[in-house]
Amino acid sequence: MSPLRETVETVERASGEYRYGFVTEIDEDRAPTGLNEEIVRFISAKKDEPDWLLEWRLKAFRMWLGLEDREPRWANVHFPKIDFQDACYYAAPKQEGDGPASLDEVDPELLRTYEKLGIPLKEQEVLAGVAGAGNVAVDAVFDSVSVATTFQDKLAEMGVIFCPISEAVRDHPELVRKYLGSVVPQGDNFYAALNSAVFSDGSFVYVPKGVHCPMELSTYFRINARGTGQFERTLIIADEGSRVSYLEGCTAPQRDENQLHAAVVELVALKDAEIKYSTVQNWYPGDADGKGGIYNFVTKRGACRGADSKISWTQVETGSAITWKYPSVLLQGDRSIGEFYSVAISNLRQQADTGTKMIHLGRDTRSTIISKGISAGRGQQTYRGLVRVQPKADGARNFTQCDSLLIGDVCGGHTVPYIDVRHPGAEVAHEATTSRISDAQLFYCRQRGLDPEEAVSLIVNGFCREVLQQLPMEFAVEAQKLLGISLEGAVG
Amino acid sequence: MSEPLLRIRNLRASVDGQEVLKGVDLAVTAGEVAAIMGPNGSGKSTLSNVLAGRDGYEVTDGEVRYDGRDLLDMEPEERAAAGVFMAFQYPVEIPGVVNATFTRTALNAQRQARGESAIDAIDFLKRARETLDRLEMDEAFLRRDVNAGFSGGEKKRNEIFQMALLEPRLAILDETDSGLDIDALRIVATGVNAMRDGRRALVVITHYQRLLEYVVPDSVHVLADGRIARSGDRELAHELERAGYAAFQPA
Repeated sequence: MSPLRETVETVERASGEYRYGFVTEIDEDRAPTGLNEEIVRFISAKKDEPDWLLEWRLKAFRMWLGLEDREPRWANVHFPKIDFQDACYYAAPKQEGDGPASLDEVDPELLRTYEKLGIPLKEQEVLAGVAGAGNVAVDAVFDSVSVATTFQDKLAEMGVIFCPISEAVRDHPELVRKYLGSVVPQGDNFYAALNSAVFSDGSFVYVPKGVHCPMELSTYFRINARGTGQFERTLIIADEGSRVSYLEGCTAPQRDENQLHAAVVELVALKDAEIKYSTVQNWYPGDADGKGGIYNFVTKRGACRGADSKISWTQVETGSAITWKYPSVLLQGDRSIGEFYSVAISNLRQQADTGTKMIHLGRDTRSTIISKGISAGRGQQTYRGLVRVQPKADGARNFTQCDSLLIGDVCGGHTVPYIDVRHPGAEVAHEATTSRISDAQLFYCRQRGLDPEEAVSLIVNGFCREVLQQLPMEFAVEAQKLLGISLEGAVG
Repeated sequence: MSEPLLRIRNLRASVDGQEVLKGVDLAVTAGEVAAIMGPNGSGKSTLSNVLAGRDGYEVTDGEVRYDGRDLLDMEPEERAAAGVFMAFQYPVEIPGVVNATFTRTALNAQRQARGESAIDAIDFLKRARETLDRLEMDEAFLRRDVNAGFSGGEKKRNEIFQMALLEPRLAILDETDSGLDIDALRIVATGVNAMRDGRRALVVITHYQRLLEYVVPDSVHVLADGRIARSGDRELAHELERAGYAAFQPA
């Protein structure tokens, strides 16, 4: 048996071992199954929302109805038609009154869940420097609601607002109203319209003028309930001259059914502001036969609205049965910068169609795209990216590099770049490579003492290095391990 | 005299159904430097690959004992952990993985397999620097990707560097001298000679006797048409240099 074949089989054997596949036994408050105006009203009422937001949701819902049967079909992914009436659009752990005022009031079962997931919710541990806790504030979203947000007081001292979006609607309506839907309008696409109608929790961040956020902000998304989808909405606003680094992580139980995750993330960077947004996505990927797993259909977009602003997306996508995701940047301000760094793994029968859009509108705008796609098992991976330079974008520059790595002989890697240049002076460069882990590389590593899994992990980490370097230090090590696990158990 | 560190008996091996090794017998004792010479196609590289456990080489008969164990029954990484090192004729490139990471990962994988504690980054760096110094290699070497963009000579020196750090008990050098200029050859020889401490064994596979001017072998064996056709001391190497391999070529 060739070492490569052996590795592929080791990967397949181990791939049942998704480590976050457990279920938390907890009473849930659920919306009735199905989707109609009543459900939209139900969700809005649950969150005690003002009328303007209910109207906003209803408008989105009507747009979605108009888009019915208009799901995007151009992506290189294949799955049976989703019955949107056969899902529950709101599920939340039952609680007394208004919800936990402090961590002490959070259901211990939930705290145990996050402990098991390795997410630090206990501020005292973080402060005491408990290993692995890191200098991070966390918003923990469990199904449709946020269950805890740490370090809010410390952040508030500097004027930084970090809270569940439902809380922001209540406490900072002027900010939410001004920016919600300003980057991703309700009718932007099928899934964005659905999200706008039924979105539940997600994080809200506002960093005031001139403030450099003193710690990493992070949201941890957990899908727990059966038969539900998660539709979170995240909105981050970096005011003039401010800086913030934000990270999201995601896991879900191992189930035979497919569950939908349709999020919308909007970023707004004003003049001189900088937002760094990192994702480590490890939703349950399904099993080796393609049964179960999350459908990850997400719209993420940032607007560099002010001059000299910068938005940087970094994503490590190892989970989900299907990923449909194109974190994008609208480069409106002069000299603004957009970056996209991505590592995506498709193992088992995972399918990923992911990439970015860089839309150059302002003068002297720059964008960089580095995409590393890894296919193993029967995984299918497509990079799809758009670089557009509008007529007024004098001096726009883009550099794109797309590398695909194939492990085994029954997976696929595809690259679909779209370049749309409407300015004669634009500089756009695209480089692409496709390579394999060769038997010679594997043997070389094994001769030096590495077992086949360590060898694959090392080679893959090397392949992804440029992207992993972009992650905040606290998460880079985690991401490296995750790649390892996805290639033991997903090529990692 | 004690049991040799490496004993090969009647080893037969095929590549793609073609028999290449046709009954190799060889014994190498601890402390010995054995040179294996032979014309192209005589089976030199096949022998080193079989010893290291590379896939695609089918052993059809014979046995190989290493330090009292059945070498052919071990996985390549088990052989490495047991102290078998091969300097590759064509070292591969591993983009994105720096030399320091690669070598430390390898060292710790071997140590872990032997039940020893891991070497931390600081200790490793200290050892690596000392080794580089001895081999007249620049420290920047540690930060470069494994063999990526290396010249032929640099790749071979990297093999010697890894060997020096991993401290194997049996090192097999597969045509390490090919493609080296005289300076690189001298440095490689320095590294190899540093390994001679009376306990280790070295198997130096080469086509020319050039390297053997610097690394003086204890024994010389001529591999021809898949068998050891003749064994002798270093004089044999000189004889081959004068007369060539004509006497050993199949008619």
